[in-house]
Amino acid sequence: MSDAATVSAPAEFEPWKDPQAKPLIRFQNVTKRFGDFTAIDDLTIDIFEKEFFALLGPSGCGKTTMMRMLGGFETQTEGQILIDGQDVAPIPPNKRAVNMMFQSYALFPHLSVAENIAFGLKRDKLPKDQIAARVEEMLSLVQLNKFANRKPHQISGGQRQRVALARSLAKAPKLLLLDEPLGALDKKLRQDTQFELMDIQEQTGTTFVIVTHDQEEAMTVASRIAVMDHGKIIQVDTPAKIYEEPGSIYVADFIGDVNLIEGNVTNSGDDHATISWAEGQQDLIGIAHDEIPAGTSATLAIRPEKVNISTEKPADMTNIVHGKVLDIAYLGNMSTYVIETPTGQHIKAQAANTRRIRRRAITWEQEVWLSFTDTAGVVLTS
Amino acid sequence: MRRLSWFNTVSLTLGFAFLYIPMLILIVYSFNGGKLVTVWSGFSTKWYGELFRNEAFLDAAWVTLKVAVMSSTIATVLGTMAAYVMVRAGRFHGRTLFSGMIYAPLVMPEVITGLSLLLLFIAIGLDRGVLTIVLAHTTFSMCYVSVVVSSRLVTFDQSLEEAALDLGCTGFEAFRLVTLPIIAPAVISGWLLAFTLSLDDLVIASFTSGPSSTTLPIKIFSAVRLGVSPEINALSTIMIGLVAIGVIGASLTSKRAIAKRAKDEQEAIQ
Repeated sequence: MSDAATVSAPAEFEPWKDPQAKPLIRFQNVTKRFGDFTAIDDLTIDIFEKEFFALLGPSGCGKTTMMRMLGGFETQTEGQILIDGQDVAPIPPNKRAVNMMFQSYALFPHLSVAENIAFGLKRDKLPKDQIAARVEEMLSLVQLNKFANRKPHQISGGQRQRVALARSLAKAPKLLLLDEPLGALDKKLRQDTQFELMDIQEQTGTTFVIVTHDQEEAMTVASRIAVMDHGKIIQVDTPAKIYEEPGSIYVADFIGDVNLIEGNVTNSGDDHATISWAEGQQDLIGIAHDEIPAGTSATLAIRPEKVNISTEKPADMTNIVHGKVLDIAYLGNMSTYVIETPTGQHIKAQAANTRRIRRRAITWEQEVWLSFTDTAGVVLTS
Repeated sequence: MRRLSWFNTVSLTLGFAFLYIPMLILIVYSFNGGKLVTVWSGFSTKWYGELFRNEAFLDAAWVTLKVAVMSSTIATVLGTMAAYVMVRAGRFHGRTLFSGMIYAPLVMPEVITGLSLLLLFIAIGLDRGVLTIVLAHTTFSMCYVSVVVSSRLVTFDQSLEEAALDLGCTGFEAFRLVTLPIIAPAVISGWLLAFTLSLDDLVIASFTSGPSSTTLPIKIFSAVRLGVSPEINALSTIMIGLVAIGVIGASLTSKRAIAKRAKDEQEAIQ
């Protein structure tokens, strides 16, 4: 997962770190209420040109509302939304340089694939030959030239998804909004399409804002991810940062698998914090960028794949936990071990299955040692 | 095909006999050669010929057709608009009242509708004629159209319209270019239904028609009071034919639309 993330976020493209950079989209203290329900709660964020920005969160967290406000289908109750420095509140959807790809694709069933793609261009009253050329270009982009004259119900789900993408890109929008674009596809097709989506984003140089509840999808495609909950953005960061250094327990728990070990801070400083967490177990050290006062209750979040498992006590590791194997889940390429400590805490460790199953050294009920480095986990207070 | 049990066969036969024997007799006697309605005296189509030479009947038929086309067209436009607002506008103040009031004429006794329209036309000084029948028929057939169209709109994916707006349509263009073509089968079957309703209405038409604008059902009704002639049988047979074509057409269009939608949806799953 983290491999894919580093690929999609090349080191040189980081406009959010440049204080001079002008954002393409700016949400300024935006609040949206539907009756008594607050969908978006005082939200402020900048999104930059050419970003592939993912809004990630459980259903009902407000991510779709944010997208619909960008598309012009909802108006904020308070605050301002700027696109290219311009307040977009009074601009109706048909006048915005923003296009949207709908979750249901919303292809017009009475029009052919080519007519669907040409639909937006015709509204702009472009000359016929220009429309034809642009449609051809879009069909090539999504490799659907052969299907130009088919109706939407005569093509497969994956092809429909590509028609929807081509149609929303045909007008060369400044900003493309994608609402769960791959939600209707099966897993294998989804993975292929993710890479296709990234290629197309790079080729066209369009800013993409994608809404998804699938964290793997967000990790794969996005340059930055905003993790949302209850109408607020909990954390905005690159996929790698979100995964490696979550800012809160919520984010750590939402993205991927994680061990949460609760304890009390005994010592903090120099980008690290130490917590004592159980009788008879050695204290654990993790990353903590801010100093945490001693005695504060805190949680160490550590990913299972960063935890080593061994049958003998390792000599040179900072963090060591002793326990018994409770469960083993064989996943093919790797196995997940659930270890129970003498105090009843469960900790997961993952190991790649480089050997055949028969020759594995670790089995149920066995006494084992878990170990990890002092930069593997993060100490979180909220 | 499953064979029907004797009980089902009997009930089916009885049911259909009850419904259709009267009409069948009427159709058979329209081809009677003699002048007496109840005595069969050989096959003949002469009463059809007679009918087409009868100016009064032809005038009435022409009035009926004009009224039916105009009223069903206006009813379709108004009914579609009403259905669109009810399904799309979401919650607005008085929505329940509004939708209830659209459906109320469906259950209102025709005599009352007819009488109240008559009073209205007298009050505003509108002379009774083709126009008043058209208005009256529009009033009661509009709610049928809006029922048919709104049941289609409920299952209409709203993001289709949003997509049209997103691609640069104004609200009206989105309706004309996307919504209307997709709901067209429902609109057409609404029109056919309204047309048929107008064609065979007697009660409301008799309240709202003037001396110069007698519709066919009124003509038949008054003619029958003077005695049934084979000519009336011939005329009624033609009307049964027309109404049957209208109803079958309406149900076929909506059936085909449903079948097509089901097919599309099934392919979408694959």
